[in-house]
Amino acid sequence: MEIRQNADALEIAEIDPFLAELLRQIPESAQPDGSADAEKRLFSQPADANNDLCAEWKLYVEPELRRIFQSATETVATDLAQLNGNAKPFANCTLRIPAKHAEAWLSALNQARLVIAAKYAFTDGELCDHYRSPIGSRRDLGLFQVNFYGFLQEFILQHLMDGTSDSAVPGD
Amino acid sequence: MEQEDGDIIPVARSAQGRGRAVGMNISSAGNPVIEQEPETAQDLDLPWQVVVHNDPVNLMSYVTMVFQKVFGFTREKAEKHMLEVHREGRSIVWSGMRERAELYVQQLHGYLLLATLERVS
Repeated sequence: MEIRQNADALEIAEIDPFLAELLRQIPESAQPDGSADAEKRLFSQPADANNDLCAEWKLYVEPELRRIFQSATETVATDLAQLNGNAKPFANCTLRIPAKHAEAWLSALNQARLVIAAKYAFTDGELCDHYRSPIGSRRDLGLFQVNFYGFLQEFILQHLMDGTSDSAVPGD
Repeated sequence: MEQEDGDIIPVARSAQGRGRAVGMNISSAGNPVIEQEPETAQDLDLPWQVVVHNDPVNLMSYVTMVFQKVFGFTREKAEKHMLEVHREGRSIVWSGMRERAELYVQQLHGYLLLATLERVS
């Protein structure tokens, strides 16, 4: 996989089918889907639980946060449509992320990482284990997703903060 | 503890700023006027602080960027607070009037950081 950037876009090229599938799963992974822990993490309390602010927050602020998060995942889903319709199902593909969508990608990737981590209740030790194989269990795959999405976040952040030159991911 | 100024963009209606209705009078123009109970001295005098809590999932570089964007911190200052969150478990990133503190917490939640509003004790 190679990541390049120019003035108006980030381009992820030579994406193998496995990583392409993980990318396609970003919008779905960002949904709590009934997980109370994931819901609680995305919409955390603004103060101590006994504070009346919390009730008003749920009423007035949470709906707006939901709208913001949903908007970001929809933007990402639109960009990910580029990965569909590949003539050769097992061929590597390329994804182009418009620079103006970078913040939406950061948000969606963060939502997905937080939701996955909350659903599986990863320990600090697991979250620091960047070399664990994704092949083994659904939990291992979830941890790999968290790390892979984190890597993409790092690159997008680098692009936003200082606009560095082309880079390639070694060993992939 | 630090106090910051700078433009902020609210993501939603502030949950603060509502007085408590305690009675109704008729104004000289004949219109009903709802009397508001004044805030207590404690409400008016004590500042509030915005606290960011540690989260093992959020990237350190991401937290740094959020502090820069929300509070206008320099990179060095943003990193100092980020490291404080990472090492101490929490960092007070702003203090001042409650309404503004609420807006900051809203913004931080919009970036998915664990942030709370606390009254300065």
